[in-house]
Amino acid sequence: MRAKPALRILAIIVILVVFLSPFWILTTISFKPAGDSSSYWLFPSSPTMKNIRTAVEKAGILGAIGRTAFITLFVVVLEVIVSAFAAYPLARCDTRFNKIVLGFILGVMMVPPLSILVSLYSIIVSIKGVNQYWSVILVLLTYQLPMGIFLYVNFIRAIPVALDEAATIDGCGPGRTFFFIIMPLLKPVTASVAILSSVNCWNDFQFSRYILQTKRMDTVTLSIHSFFSQTYIDFSTASACALIAIVPVVVCFLFLQKYFIQGMIDSSVK
Amino acid sequence: MRYRNKTINLFYVPALVLFAFFVVYPFFKGIYLSLTNWNGYSHTFKMVGLSNYRNLLADKNVGIAFGNTLVYGVGSTIVQNVLGILFAVFLNRKFRGRSLVRTVIYLPVMISPLIMGYIMYFFFNYTRGALNDIIRLSVVILMLINSLQFVGISMVIYLAGLQNIPAMYYEAAEMDGISTLRKFFSITLPLLMSAITSSVTLNLIGGLKLYDTIIALTGGGPGYDTNSLSTLIYRYYFGGERAGYASAIGMVLFLFIMVVSNVVMRAFQKRQVEL
Repeated sequence: MRAKPALRILAIIVILVVFLSPFWILTTISFKPAGDSSSYWLFPSSPTMKNIRTAVEKAGILGAIGRTAFITLFVVVLEVIVSAFAAYPLARCDTRFNKIVLGFILGVMMVPPLSILVSLYSIIVSIKGVNQYWSVILVLLTYQLPMGIFLYVNFIRAIPVALDEAATIDGCGPGRTFFFIIMPLLKPVTASVAILSSVNCWNDFQFSRYILQTKRMDTVTLSIHSFFSQTYIDFSTASACALIAIVPVVVCFLFLQKYFIQGMIDSSVK
Repeated sequence: MRYRNKTINLFYVPALVLFAFFVVYPFFKGIYLSLTNWNGYSHTFKMVGLSNYRNLLADKNVGIAFGNTLVYGVGSTIVQNVLGILFAVFLNRKFRGRSLVRTVIYLPVMISPLIMGYIMYFFFNYTRGALNDIIRLSVVILMLINSLQFVGISMVIYLAGLQNIPAMYYEAAEMDGISTLRKFFSITLPLLMSAITSSVTLNLIGGLKLYDTIIALTGGGPGYDTNSLSTLIYRYYFGGERAGYASAIGMVLFLFIMVVSNVVMRAFQKRQVEL
C-alpha cells in the first residue's frame, strides 16, 4: 500500500499535535508569569522560573518524588523476588492443583481495586496500616504480583527442561536448581517485570489515596491531587508540580523505550 | 518435567499468603459487609440481609454509574482498538519519522492517568480555555481522553501481531491481484485475532475500572452524572458513610467485570486461527 507522501506527512503532523499538545500546554503554563493571560498554546514571551521554584520550595514536590521512589523501589524488589519464586513451581510442576493456583492468580489481575475498597480499608485500619509505608508497599505488591508471576511463568516455560534435569542428575535439589540454573537466565524478563511494576507503582492513586492520608506522606499523585482539590487552584504552581512529576517518567521512558514496549507486549499476549 | 518432590510448591507460598490476606479475605469480608448497614466507623451494625442489593436496583445514581461504566469500558475498547489497528498498520511501513511517531503515541501510557486528567483539566478550565465554551465535559469526553491516553498499548500489541504475519500470505495475494482493502480484511484481520483478543480484553478491563481520570476531571460530577461504579463506591463510602451499601456496589462491580471479561475473552478466542 502506497500512501501519498503528502497524506502521510499530514497524518504524522496530526498525530504529533494531538499526542504532544498536553505536554506542550503543561510546559507553557508552567513557565507563564502571573498575570500573563495569553493563550496556553503560546510559550510566554518572558518565561519565569518562579512557578518551578514555588513547586520545589513550597509545595514540596521533590519530597513527594522521593517518597514515591522509595515505595516503588521496595515494591519492585519484592515483586521480582516473590513472583520469580512463585513462578518456578507453577511453570515446572504442572499438577492439577498448580493449574488451579495459576488460574486463580491470573484472575486476580482482573479484580477492580475499588470493588473491595470498603473491606480492604477496614482490614488496613484493623492492622494499624493507615499512614504506614509498609502497608501501602504490601498492598501494591499484592496487586502487582499476578503480572510478574504471569511473565515469569511464560518465560520459564520456554527454558528447556533439560537444564533442570541435568542439574537434578548432578545432585541439585529444586532450590539450588532454581538459584543457580534458572535465576541467572531470568534477566531479560526481570527487566520487563521491574519496568512494568515501577510504572504502575509510580502512578498509583487508587490505593495510596486512602492508605496514606497525611500530607507529610504524600506521593506524587497524592500531592498533585491535593493541589487540585483546593477551592482556589493555583494553576501555575499546580502545572509546575505536574511538569516536575512527569519529567522522571518521560526521561526514563525515552532512554529505556525498547524495554518498556517489550514488557507491555509480553504481559499482554497470552 | 514433573517434580516428584512437592516441596518445590513452597516457593509460591509467600505469594499465596499475600493474596489470601489482601484479596481473598477482603473479598469475603466485602460480601459480609454488603449484607450489613455498617457506616464505616462505628463498632455496632446489624445484618440487613439483601436489602442493600434491593436498594441498589432502585438507586438512580447506581443506574447512571452503571451506564457510564459501560460507556467507559465499551467505548474505550472500540476507540482504542480501531485507532490501535490503524496506527499499527500505518507504522508497520518504513518511513522517516516512524519511530518518533510511535514514541509519541506511546508516551502518554507512561503518565499517571490522574496527572493526564489534570493536564486535560487545563484545556477546559484554565482562563481563556477556549474549549470550555465549545465542549462540555461529559462521559464521552472522559472516555475519549482515556482512550487516547492508552491507545499506545493497543498499537504496540498490534504492531507485534503484524510482524508475526508471514510475508508469503501477502505475496500470494499480490499474485492473485487482490485489492489492498481485501488484503486487510481477508489476511491481516483474521491473523491478528490473537492480538485482538489480548488488546480487547486489556482495554475492556481497564475501561470498566476507570477511576483516576474521572477523579481528576469531574470528580464524578456535576451531581452524579459522570461517576463510574468505582468512583461511586468511593463517594458513598468516604463521603456518604454508607460502607455496607458501597460494599454491595463493589460486589456488583466485581462480578460484572469478571463475567464480562471472561465472556468477551472466550468469544474472541474462539475466532483465533493458528498460523
